[in-house]
Amino acid sequence: MSRAEALLEVGNLRTWIEGDGGVVRAVDGVSLRIGRGETFALLGESGCGKSMTALSIMRLLPERGHIVGGEVRLGDTDLLALPELAMRRVRGGRIGMIFQEPGLALNPVMTIGEQIDEVLAVHTALRGEAAARRAVELLERVGIPDPGRRLAEYPFQYSGGMKQRAMIAMALAGEPELLVADEPTTALDVTIQAQVLELMRALQRDTGMGMLLITHDLGVVQETAHRVGVMYAGQLVEAASREDLFARPLHPYTVKLFAALPARGRRGVGLEVIPGSVPPLTGEFRGCRFAERCEFAWERCRAESPAWHEPAEGRGVRCHLFDGSGQSPMADRGSRTAQIEAIPPSVIPCSVPLAPLLQVSDLRVHFPIRRGLFKRVVGQVKAVDGLSLEIRGGRTLALVGESGCGKTTAGKGILRLVEPTSGSVRFAGEELTTLSRAALRERRREFQIVFQDPYSSLNPRMRITEIIEEGMSALGIEGGSAERQRRVDELLGQVGLPAEAKWRYPHEFSGGQRQRIAIARVLAVNPKLIVFDEPTSALDVSVQAQILNLIGDLQRRLGIGYLFITHNLGVVDYLADEVAVMYLGRIVERGAAGAVLGDPRHPYTRALLSAVPVVDPATQRDVIRLQGELPSPASPPVGCHFHPRCPQAMPACREGYPEPTRLGADRSVACHLYSN
Amino acid sequence: MPFKPVLLATDALIWLLVAAVLGFAWYVRRREHLLAPWRRVARSASGMAAGTVLAFFVLTGLLDSVHFRPALPDEPGKPRAYAVEVLSLLDVALKPLRTNKERTYSAPLATHLFSRETVELPDGRITREYPRLRFGGAGLKDPEADWLPDVMARAGLGLAGAVLAWAAVVAGLILVVARRRRTVPAAIWQEIRSGRGEVPWRAVLVALGAMLAVIGAAAALATGYHVLGTDKVGQDVLYLSLKSVRTGLVIGTVTTLVMLPFALLLGVMAGYFKGWVDDLIQYLYTTLSSVPGVLLIAATVLMMQVHIENHPELFDTVTVRADMRLLFLCLILGVTSWTGLARLLRGESLKLRELEYIQAAHAFGVSDWRIISRHILPNVMHIVLIAVVMDFSGLVLAEAVLSYVGVGVDPSMISFGTMINAARLELARDPMVWWSLAAAFVFMFAMVLSANLFADAVRDAFDPRVRVGTAVPVLQPSRAPEART
Repeated sequence: MSRAEALLEVGNLRTWIEGDGGVVRAVDGVSLRIGRGETFALLGESGCGKSMTALSIMRLLPERGHIVGGEVRLGDTDLLALPELAMRRVRGGRIGMIFQEPGLALNPVMTIGEQIDEVLAVHTALRGEAAARRAVELLERVGIPDPGRRLAEYPFQYSGGMKQRAMIAMALAGEPELLVADEPTTALDVTIQAQVLELMRALQRDTGMGMLLITHDLGVVQETAHRVGVMYAGQLVEAASREDLFARPLHPYTVKLFAALPARGRRGVGLEVIPGSVPPLTGEFRGCRFAERCEFAWERCRAESPAWHEPAEGRGVRCHLFDGSGQSPMADRGSRTAQIEAIPPSVIPCSVPLAPLLQVSDLRVHFPIRRGLFKRVVGQVKAVDGLSLEIRGGRTLALVGESGCGKTTAGKGILRLVEPTSGSVRFAGEELTTLSRAALRERRREFQIVFQDPYSSLNPRMRITEIIEEGMSALGIEGGSAERQRRVDELLGQVGLPAEAKWRYPHEFSGGQRQRIAIARVLAVNPKLIVFDEPTSALDVSVQAQILNLIGDLQRRLGIGYLFITHNLGVVDYLADEVAVMYLGRIVERGAAGAVLGDPRHPYTRALLSAVPVVDPATQRDVIRLQGELPSPASPPVGCHFHPRCPQAMPACREGYPEPTRLGADRSVACHLYSN
Repeated sequence: MPFKPVLLATDALIWLLVAAVLGFAWYVRRREHLLAPWRRVARSASGMAAGTVLAFFVLTGLLDSVHFRPALPDEPGKPRAYAVEVLSLLDVALKPLRTNKERTYSAPLATHLFSRETVELPDGRITREYPRLRFGGAGLKDPEADWLPDVMARAGLGLAGAVLAWAAVVAGLILVVARRRRTVPAAIWQEIRSGRGEVPWRAVLVALGAMLAVIGAAAALATGYHVLGTDKVGQDVLYLSLKSVRTGLVIGTVTTLVMLPFALLLGVMAGYFKGWVDDLIQYLYTTLSSVPGVLLIAATVLMMQVHIENHPELFDTVTVRADMRLLFLCLILGVTSWTGLARLLRGESLKLRELEYIQAAHAFGVSDWRIISRHILPNVMHIVLIAVVMDFSGLVLAEAVLSYVGVGVDPSMISFGTMINAARLELARDPMVWWSLAAAFVFMFAMVLSANLFADAVRDAFDPRVRVGTAVPVLQPSRAPEART
């Protein structure tokens, strides 16, 4: 790309942030160039400095952060030299920005129309009638139906996806040359994410603006980006066109990042993990920042910081392997990846028919909606509405669905952390829903739960040993204190943490380590069933791989049954034996994982699978675009819950909810397409 | 024994509180995560300086909380009798101030009474003049000429003593710090003087120096004068002000002690159990906080006053009676002031109970009370601490207002409120008697201001919302909270 075409040029940008522990070099020499009409994706794990890069470009750094060097040019303008007043006209005008959490980026006490008007008033000459017409036009352009009426509505009247659309409309109002999108779809569901990504692609095609997309999701990159920059520890370690990067990643970190993604192809083998964690950015680096975690590292990597090499036109990589000294790292790599150890077989052989460990039939969890002075019940939120499933010991059932479909409530209802409204839960032959509290406490040791957010699932005021011992003492396991300490050490060993860890407090551990502690806490009581509620969705890809390996390994060694609640289909594909797909409180399709994911029958399952961004560029797929969003579980649609969004809806779908149809030994689907 | 110890009810509570604070400090010392916010307090210059000033008030209050009755001179053949008057260590230390009474008002550092009196001269003539004080400037031959040099000399002596004491403290501090860090004292002195270093010793030493100077000068002058004048019955105003400190501290701390169990228990229960428990507690505190506080306090205090007057046999001395009344005032203030903290704690518990570590505890079948004591209480403690230090100054001021209105402490008890109440009439005199009010104002102002500054430092250190921007991870990682089911 010639220099003239460049829209944004960042050269050797360095941003420091003063923290209590010293200066954090959040961005340390990042150079990139974005052309007109080009999408540049900045890819990296949390804390690698990708958001700080974007904020530095916008000059929106936190109070203690400042740019210490480098240059940022937008067209002919040097952004770092502009006075603040002129910079204000650039933000929202020449550069638009979309944030991760649309719910937080919109002002709740102003109508959408007023918020768009505000942008128009600052950045355009449009006023009054003309501005209102322009606002309608903008909302129409981002695909909000009935924009005239919607303008007068407040953000709370918009759904999540529509809020993000409104945010995009606001960003477009200044007719930006460059759109900076910071994790624009991370807070959205897969089907909504597909809609928003499609919209962003279309807008870029129409307006020809450049786009800087910040994301941690390889799938999103594959769907949207033209060029990709991979960031690690404040530096760009690799830059390439999307096709090149996905076909042949060069930097060892990028290679690992791809290999750590869970997918069906990796079933039965451990996922690649990147050992260790991102180094703290407070010190000077002597060598390569990735050297400690890199399997190719040699002395030079620790002694000398690698330069930026350009092995081919339009590609760059920051690694000693590519300095043209004649080494051929790629040939070497094949032999190394093959070294992943073969996984030992499960303690429970697949062939043994197993008695069901957990049988749930027709479980309902309804929450009453109360209104008025006397808290009269005026309706029910049917979070879980007739759920039936079965888990056998040592097997994994994945419960899949979008947010709000009731899958977490189902998990908690089964464990009676939320009292079920009706239905039956039989655990090892014993009915749980009718047990008294005392009798239930007796049984609690046999079924446990691991939560999504490792930051809120450990009490910050307790030491690790106290956290792990809590379950043991509450359930009266292992009397003596010496015995317990021995058990704590053993458990920490099982989840891959040193025994000294038990004297420390949770804040001293990273997210992945905390999740290991949460798993150790659960294992302490020797459960037969563990409910995993999105255990990896708050973690980075490389850490996710470590935790998934651990979870799989524990099941094979201890023969524990898992109920795995997730929205990440890659994880399901990698880990689950069976899958149940949930929509609005009910299971619409279930069966063996391979069968359901390979040959989905229910239209919703098909749409869900097609909406997931695919990393492998070779996979061809037609995205089935779902209209609208998940209806409220307080007033589900009459008939089949899915029919308003279903591309294959028939008159029968409006009449009644379809009974599950059996399609084989353990496969069933609730859809009128298959009844009789 | 030459004295008989008297343990007043408020004394017991104060020493209990001191023991609790010491116990808490000992507990915190060994726990890094609890110690960390206190380290932040120690790094705040304004907080540490205010703490130094506050320490003098606390010391005064504690000295004034050790009571006894001195023995009367022995009479042969009779068992030893003790005086009806209850004294404290502070009274002993301030004996000259307490016993050197004038007849009536005298201005600060005066040598003559404030008002003209009819005096009979030795030759039988009668004149109206300003009589000499019994104590103030009594040693002066010619008050007109000698007064200024004498005052200056005494003040200078006091200041010199203060400088010596200050220098001794500084030297001691430097030696201790140097030994702990294993460096030479000169380096530490450099560090303190330049204001660098972890703990803002410079601010502490400046505050300490100022306090010592004031105390030194006042102490030296008090040997010959009434530094802040005398009140209507000739009592030394400085003595009254110092005695008022304890009353203020008792109201500020014991009330908190009374309030805490209500606020903690009811607030946490309402938030944790929800449902009808929450409804009940909410109705209770909504009702309570809609009754005008002064009305409730006035009604209760008056009822108690009647009760005390009808049962004089319950109290063997006036001090015990006054103390009982003070305690009741604390109780009443406590009962009416727990609602604010309870509401805060309810909100916090509502939030905490949905957190996943509480859910995990539920999954282990941990009992509700254990969850409250192990998981919820430690996680709301920062709110309690902030509320307690913030409430303190409010309560000290409340006492003054209540005593002024006449429903506060016993009239025989010395407090800022009674001093201000008396000043009401004094200000109406011509010429005005301003020193009582001014002394009460300055003392109360210094105490409340230092308490407030200290509370600010504590809040800054403990409140997670204030710490945004100073914590290490300024660099907010874009963690992916993908599923929010």
